[in-house]
Amino acid sequence: MPLAKPIQLILARQLASGMATAIMLFDAQGNLVFYNEPAEPILNTRFDETGEIKVDDLLRVVSVADENRELLSPEDRPGRVARLERRPITQTIWMSCNDSAWRRFQATAVPIIGEQAEFHGVMHFFWEI
Amino acid sequence: MQVTLWGTRGSLATPGPDTARYGGNTSCVAVRGREGGVLVLDAGTGIRRMAATIDTSVRRVDVLLTHLHMDHIQGLGFFGPLYRPGLDVHIWGPASVQMGLQARLMRYLSPPLFPVALSELPCRLTLHEVGETEVPIEEFRVAAARVCHPGPTVGYRITDSMGKVVTYLPDHEPALGPSAFPSLPREWTSGGVLAEDADLLIHDSQYTSQQYPSHVGWGHSSFAHVLEFASLVETKHLVPFHHDPGHSDVDLDRLLVEAIDAYGPAYRVTPGQEGMTFRIE
Repeated sequence: MPLAKPIQLILARQLASGMATAIMLFDAQGNLVFYNEPAEPILNTRFDETGEIKVDDLLRVVSVADENRELLSPEDRPGRVARLERRPITQTIWMSCNDSAWRRFQATAVPIIGEQAEFHGVMHFFWEI
Repeated sequence: MQVTLWGTRGSLATPGPDTARYGGNTSCVAVRGREGGVLVLDAGTGIRRMAATIDTSVRRVDVLLTHLHMDHIQGLGFFGPLYRPGLDVHIWGPASVQMGLQARLMRYLSPPLFPVALSELPCRLTLHEVGETEVPIEEFRVAAARVCHPGPTVGYRITDSMGKVVTYLPDHEPALGPSAFPSLPREWTSGGVLAEDADLLIHDSQYTSQQYPSHVGWGHSSFAHVLEFASLVETKHLVPFHHDPGHSDVDLDRLLVEAIDAYGPAYRVTPGQEGMTFRIE
């Protein structure tokens, strides 16, 4: 039996599916469980082709740097900060996926916390600047 | 186990000659196990008559509330076992962000809306805020999960000692969001895993396909959506439930037959009528 996604993630995915903003949705373990069409060019791939991407696989292909183009360690990336510290964060970053050209984003990551304070994951917005 | 529908109407009790067959009482379902365990699903107005079937030999009753909208709790103050000294009554339901289950229930079960306060009830009352893990209750295993409906709302999956499953999703809008439904697998569909392979699925079917577009986000399903949902989860037997107060017996006969004929489900469908009993063996 597949593990049911929490309703908060289900609704977040539905919201992301209807948005023009690039959105990636991570579960509580940091796995990329969904990304919408506007986010596909960032990852150079399509969700229909990859499905969910495990956190370790994602770390292998995505590079993230701060505004000064200093590489960020995985722990300092906005999505990881939102997940580990359970707080929203917004930051200007540079991203490259599979050695593609670097692109500059205003990245905002918001933890998804349920009614009973349970942590379900992170909704991560990318606004290219 | 044996499942009896004591209230099948949604939103508002709707007594009268036009609704006598499907029933006018709001949501209440009784589940009885082989070993005598009793679960009461929701406390709509149907619970008053249901209470009369709980004889004095019963030592414990569990009431599982899906949510606290009025049509699901209005009968609670008239649930006879609450007034039996010494009887263990357990009420399960969802908390909200700011208020616990007890505080939320007391907004109704206290003056001026109701003359008796929760603290004055003579039974031994225990309240449980439902989480998302399966819990044993008497001879059953009960799993709950938040589902798509306004406000904190859960559905229940009840498994008996023989492994038979009843899933109860009386107020549920799994079709909210996607342009086509169903378009995602069960685990990405509200209630999808709760209802997986259920022997009996009791599910919201409030609207026609014509009514649904003007009620998107209200937390209910169309007949077409519930038929699609039941296919997705591969239930064996679907019971459309939570009928709209505006639908008479004649309307429901016609609307449900039209929807079922148009869809051609591969599973059994029995439109829920008050007083119906299903034996799941």
